[in-house]
Amino acid sequence: MTTNDDAWLVVPLYNEATVIGDVVRAALPTFANIVCVDDGSTDSSAAAARAAGALVVHHATNLGQGAALQTGIAYVVTQTDASYLVTFDADGQHQVSDAEAMVALAREEDLAIVFGSRFLDDRTKAGFLKKVILKTAVWVTNQSTGLRLTDAHNGLRVIRRDAAARVNLVQNRMAHASEIVLQLGRTRLPWREYPVHVLYTEYSKGKGQSVLNSVNILVDLVFK
Amino acid sequence: MEKIWIQLILLIGIAAVAVTLTRSTADARHQAVRRVLLVGFVLATAAAIIYPSFLSQLARLVGVGRGTDLVLYALVIAFLSYVATMYRRMKLMDRQITALTREIALAEVRLEQAGYPTNRPPAKDAGSTLAETDPSERRP
Repeated sequence: MTTNDDAWLVVPLYNEATVIGDVVRAALPTFANIVCVDDGSTDSSAAAARAAGALVVHHATNLGQGAALQTGIAYVVTQTDASYLVTFDADGQHQVSDAEAMVALAREEDLAIVFGSRFLDDRTKAGFLKKVILKTAVWVTNQSTGLRLTDAHNGLRVIRRDAAARVNLVQNRMAHASEIVLQLGRTRLPWREYPVHVLYTEYSKGKGQSVLNSVNILVDLVFK
Repeated sequence: MEKIWIQLILLIGIAAVAVTLTRSTADARHQAVRRVLLVGFVLATAAAIIYPSFLSQLARLVGVGRGTDLVLYALVIAFLSYVATMYRRMKLMDRQITALTREIALAEVRLEQAGYPTNRPPAKDAGSTLAETDPSERRP
């Protein structure tokens, strides 16, 4: 079994105190390096992540998931010598085994970017409305990025160091998910999609994006 | 006679607004544009006050019924440009705050890893978790 000592898990963290400890503990045996970017949480998320064994980078004020992700990327690129970084959601909807397989795929096929996609197989059970919204997001993202992805706004991605160094997200809020695809696409580095299982627990459903939020994302993307 | 008084009051008001607006600082080119527009605004407003029929004449010239309507249209455009300017300025400020927060966050981690105390209260059992993970892995 290959070790993943040269990979860092980047976890944007905002008010997930009830689950972040378990998420970090579940990932630690596979990924020894985990950085949680605490985006100004008002609960004990940071302490829980730290107690579970993650490194915590702390935003003094809440900026949004995109900003937290960019801080995590900046940390890995400037302060570690990691070869790969894995973006991973804090709410426990991603599988560590998927992340591990994606890093392995990146190594085997010398890929710079591996996007997780929940629509490549039928493991993920999404509601009808969620599917419609996500498919629309995919279409919009594909129109603007030139990549042909089957999923957008999927937080599970493996990014090699050279690709990560060329990412500079300025979309602080949810529109970063399209922006990161755009910027990674522009690197022209080899990429692949990988089928992942997104687990919609009651917890993550309660935190999920609303239909109205997709309006915000569109506006953010148009009026930069 | 009453007409003279209201004209005087309005002219003083315009002068006060003009002086206040020029006091703000921004980058030079935008400021120049704003000042030119401001002079035009002051002249047009002063003309409208001194010759009350001027606005109506101007309105008829461009095909609008009354001078009041013309003022309303101008106001709408001015308001929209204000919204646009403010939106851009807010975006810029957001980015500055983001950059600042990110720098602080990363600097704080550097300090923490170098063994300096930070003002962030450590987790209660931080000692035990630090012992569990090899500290060399935490360092680049």
